[in-house]
Amino acid sequence: MDFIINSFIEAFRLIFALDQDVFNAVFISLKVSLTAIVLSSIVSLPLGFIIAEKNFVGKRLIIMILNTLMGVPTVVVGLLVYTFISRQGPLGMLNLLFTSKAMIIGQFILAFPILTSLTISAIQAVDERVAETALTLGANKRQLAYTVFLEARFGLLAAVISGFGRIIGEVGSAMILGGNIKGVTRTISTYIALQSSMGETERGIALGIILILMTFLINLLFNYFQHR
Amino acid sequence: MNDIIIKIENIKKVYDSRTALDIPYIEFKSGMIYALIGPNGAGKTTLLKLINMLEKPTEGSIYFYDQRIDQSPSLDIRRQMNLVMQNAVLFRTNVYNNVAYGLKLRGYNRNIIHSKVLSALEMVGLAGFEHRKAKQLSAGESQRVAIARAIVLEPKLLLLDEPTANVDRKNIHIIEAILRKINSENGTTIIFTTHDLSQAYRLTDKIIMLLDGKIIPKNLENIFDTFLGEISLG
Repeated sequence: MDFIINSFIEAFRLIFALDQDVFNAVFISLKVSLTAIVLSSIVSLPLGFIIAEKNFVGKRLIIMILNTLMGVPTVVVGLLVYTFISRQGPLGMLNLLFTSKAMIIGQFILAFPILTSLTISAIQAVDERVAETALTLGANKRQLAYTVFLEARFGLLAAVISGFGRIIGEVGSAMILGGNIKGVTRTISTYIALQSSMGETERGIALGIILILMTFLINLLFNYFQHR
Repeated sequence: MNDIIIKIENIKKVYDSRTALDIPYIEFKSGMIYALIGPNGAGKTTLLKLINMLEKPTEGSIYFYDQRIDQSPSLDIRRQMNLVMQNAVLFRTNVYNNVAYGLKLRGYNRNIIHSKVLSALEMVGLAGFEHRKAKQLSAGESQRVAIARAIVLEPKLLLLDEPTANVDRKNIHIIEAILRKINSENGTTIIFTTHDLSQAYRLTDKIIMLLDGKIIPKNLENIFDTFLGEISLG
């Protein structure tokens, strides 16, 4: 019990002492994950909309593949990206390995299937009479799409929240692609992994509490937009 | 100007192998109220959807005034008519935004939208409801918002599918009064469907009876009267 209490005390000490290492890790975590989720949203939301609305051969197969990719271990994605951006890889000349850009690529790939798949579900869940109503009230194609999107906004924000949840705490890809370089690519989650491998369990848990608080605050923000 | 707003010639609508609608000829005159009456599956909703260009007929032609509309839906013509669906769906926002929706699509400025929305809400007896969440309204209030959302656009043709289904008696009278008012004041042509023969007669004597996708000839209407009377009594 003391162990858990001490972890909480350590967490608050780290926050209020404005620990530089912790704040750097928080900043890098947010920078990488928010950039990845924004980029993924830009691609996944329109793509999910098109897949949901259009009927084409192979649609069900695509949805099945996306659902499967949702469960791929983060370390596998990290390794895959690594093979492309390592010195011997086809994109080696871009010198992306062990940079935050590499981590963003990894997290983008992790968020993409969950965001696209949940977007498809959110759009398909919209009452089909919404589209008919929009048409009968005089919507053109662009206005129609916008209306359906707006009606699906709760589901779409839930998709973004889920995608963000998948990447903010991931270690596998961040560790392989970022290398856990202090002040450069060290995120809260890779920092936790480092602390626990060093036997600093209390500090690891304290960092975990900070990660949860951070994620809670981001979700609070999403929740605000969801209920506006 | 031609006073026939909708003319239908030899239309058939077939779903899979079932013929939902088969009408050799029918016309609707501008400024009138028409009731389409018939049991479930008679083809009433299908006919409204064909007129509103939400569906295409399998064969035949439909004209809005002199323009053929059955094959390539025209946004310009669609914006001259509205269909209020049965248990109309309201958008997930407040009442004001629901009623303002069609005006915003047409690019009206904010002041005009504001005054039109308020007067439409007043017309349907929902003044003061602007900020209420649409999804929290009763069935009768929702239906009246849906009607306000349509009439605010001042359509030439207003189509209503079972406008008083699942609505209490008080709201039925309010909705019937609204329909009479927009017909007499704006000259809006109204075509509505109903199961309720007495309601049809309260609003109009232009009654078209449908059964199994076909229009019942005038000389057989008495039989149909009895048939529907039994249904409503039952």
